[in-house]
Amino acid sequence: MKTYTLAALLASVALPGMAMAEELEVTHWWTSGGEAAAVAEFAKAFDATGNKWVDGAIAGGGDTARPVMISRITGGDPMGATQFNHGQQALELVEAGLMLDLTEIAERDHWRDFIYPPSLLDSCTVDGRIYCVPVNIHSPEWLWLSNKAYADAGIPVPTNWSEFVASAPALEAAGKLPLALGNQPWQSNLAFGAIAVAIGGLDLWKSINIDKNMEAAAGPEMLKVFEAAAEARALAANSTVQDWNQATNLVLTGEAGGQIMGDWAQGEFSIAGKVAGVDYTCLPGLGVNEYISTGGDAFYFPKLDDPAKEAAQLELASVMISQQAQVAFNLKKGSLPIRGDIDLSAANDCMKKGLEILAAGNVVPSGDQVWSPDTQTQVEDLMVEFFKSPDMTPADAQARWVEILSANI
Amino acid sequence: MAQNGQPNRLFRNLNAKLAAVPMVLTTLVVFVGGTLWTVLYSFTNSKLLPRETFVGFDQYARLWSNSRWLTSIENLLIFGVCSLIFTLVIGFLLAVLLDQKIRFEDTFRTIMLYPFALSFIVTGLVWQWILNPDFGIQSVVRNLGWTSFTFNPLNDQSIVIYGLLIAGLWQGTGFVMCLMLAGLRGIDEDIWKASRVDGIPAWKTYLFIVIPMMRPVFITTLVIIAAGIVKLYDLVVAQTSGGPGNSSQVPAMYVYDYMFQAQNLGQGFAASSMMLLSVLIVLIPWAYLEFGGKKHG
Repeated sequence: MKTYTLAALLASVALPGMAMAEELEVTHWWTSGGEAAAVAEFAKAFDATGNKWVDGAIAGGGDTARPVMISRITGGDPMGATQFNHGQQALELVEAGLMLDLTEIAERDHWRDFIYPPSLLDSCTVDGRIYCVPVNIHSPEWLWLSNKAYADAGIPVPTNWSEFVASAPALEAAGKLPLALGNQPWQSNLAFGAIAVAIGGLDLWKSINIDKNMEAAAGPEMLKVFEAAAEARALAANSTVQDWNQATNLVLTGEAGGQIMGDWAQGEFSIAGKVAGVDYTCLPGLGVNEYISTGGDAFYFPKLDDPAKEAAQLELASVMISQQAQVAFNLKKGSLPIRGDIDLSAANDCMKKGLEILAAGNVVPSGDQVWSPDTQTQVEDLMVEFFKSPDMTPADAQARWVEILSANI
Repeated sequence: MAQNGQPNRLFRNLNAKLAAVPMVLTTLVVFVGGTLWTVLYSFTNSKLLPRETFVGFDQYARLWSNSRWLTSIENLLIFGVCSLIFTLVIGFLLAVLLDQKIRFEDTFRTIMLYPFALSFIVTGLVWQWILNPDFGIQSVVRNLGWTSFTFNPLNDQSIVIYGLLIAGLWQGTGFVMCLMLAGLRGIDEDIWKASRVDGIPAWKTYLFIVIPMMRPVFITTLVIIAAGIVKLYDLVVAQTSGGPGNSSQVPAMYVYDYMFQAQNLGQGFAASSMMLLSVLIVLIPWAYLEFGGKKHG
């Protein structure tokens, strides 16, 4: 009995090393219908190379999944590959030497020549070395409008933010909620971010978030942004839903005029069989400044100390960035591809708008790319308080915002 | 069997002592060790990974100037005091009512205890729907004809904490009732007979004789309720996720969010050390009352 156990143990240690096809566990938080279909495209492409994709989906969204992933990597039980949002979320893991260096294959395959916008690759770069593969772009700066709600109120669908604000009394008179906003903190933060780029403009945004110019952050231009956010707060005062998709549902059914939400909201509209331009309207950059930020997802490969597995990891990295996988994945996901050299003619109207903006180079880095998660959480705390406290003045909120940012430069 | 007088105290019940070693080690290493480690690292500027760069009381200074933390503490105090008083009073009253030798006592006890079998997550979700203005109590009453009736605690910053309190009481009172009932059953029948002979009214007997005799039960219940209050987390996550705004945040949520979401271990450790302190403030007087008092008595 004992020898048998020993033999089994030895076999379990030795066999994976001898096998030709490598199994790689890939963890991610894509669990909704469209997301799972998209990630299956990666799995299919990776299995075609003779290796095996072991799916490690973690339910509950990024905030739930990231602690699990991080504790597995730091706790000595690393997976083959794992999703993070590109930016600073995995920075410390990279600095601690826990992630595989992808620089060699990135140079071999000339990633820098086709990854567009190049800032995506920059967020994967630490001290000149590349540690992750960006796989898609998700931008949060979209205003989704319900054509039905405006038809019921008897007014035309707005084409930009100020028209939207002006149309609110007519919507309210028709018994509609002007702006749907979920109660979860990140949604208030997302709305603020979208308003900041739209109202404040790109130059102001860049000088505050990239050059960390705190005078600009405390200045009158930024105060206008906070005042616009206060207007949005008044429009969303009667919104009582929790989750983002419940808020999207209000827009879908015509009970609410609009919602500020990322391009992932498109999935909800398409599942419900709604058509862009007919049932709903999308305004990137709130229809004011057509900029989108290049947040999104990237894959990191924890070090495994096994040459065979390492080869499989590098292979997976090349698969994810390949043209075929990028097209198949992003069409299912509803996100924009990270390559400038592929054809997405099957994309719908809203996605095409996004692609045009991307092609024109009107992009800003996402908050994840320029601020640490610590700062992001503090700003999120502030924004949700601001959006839910009608008696907090824009000037007060601005002062506290500047305080948080200046403490974290 | 011992022939040479008193056996060595150390070797008495040797088997039992050996069996306890793993648990003692676990307690020392995991609980005490982990606690000390956490307190030590709360003085560092650890981010995602623990780092030994000491920054003194910086994390605590930041903690106590953070409005979300202050709201959390205030909420915990309101929730704590109200839930302590109401669970004890309602629990005791229910136990007294059940103790009147009524019919179907078992059935009632099961019904009262049933909510305790549900997790806080389920409780939170159930009450989120019950208190939802479009589906819950408000809409039911409005459909009955009172169209101006408004009861929407979960979306009103100033009273959202009482919405949580209702759910917490619903869940916890049955358990306190059972503890109290056990205490009441522990009172000697003769005491009741004696008070009846003396013509003392029942409410006076309860107030001045039975309750003082139930002191140990009350203290144990108090500690169980207090510990439950300090670690309040899942109920809030399920029912309001801290909203609207930050108005129903609690300290445990702050700890989790800063340790894992904000990747700022130092800040999370500082907050959890403050929670430890508040638990100690509850536990030490209790330990004093329970164990310190006995030596004199």
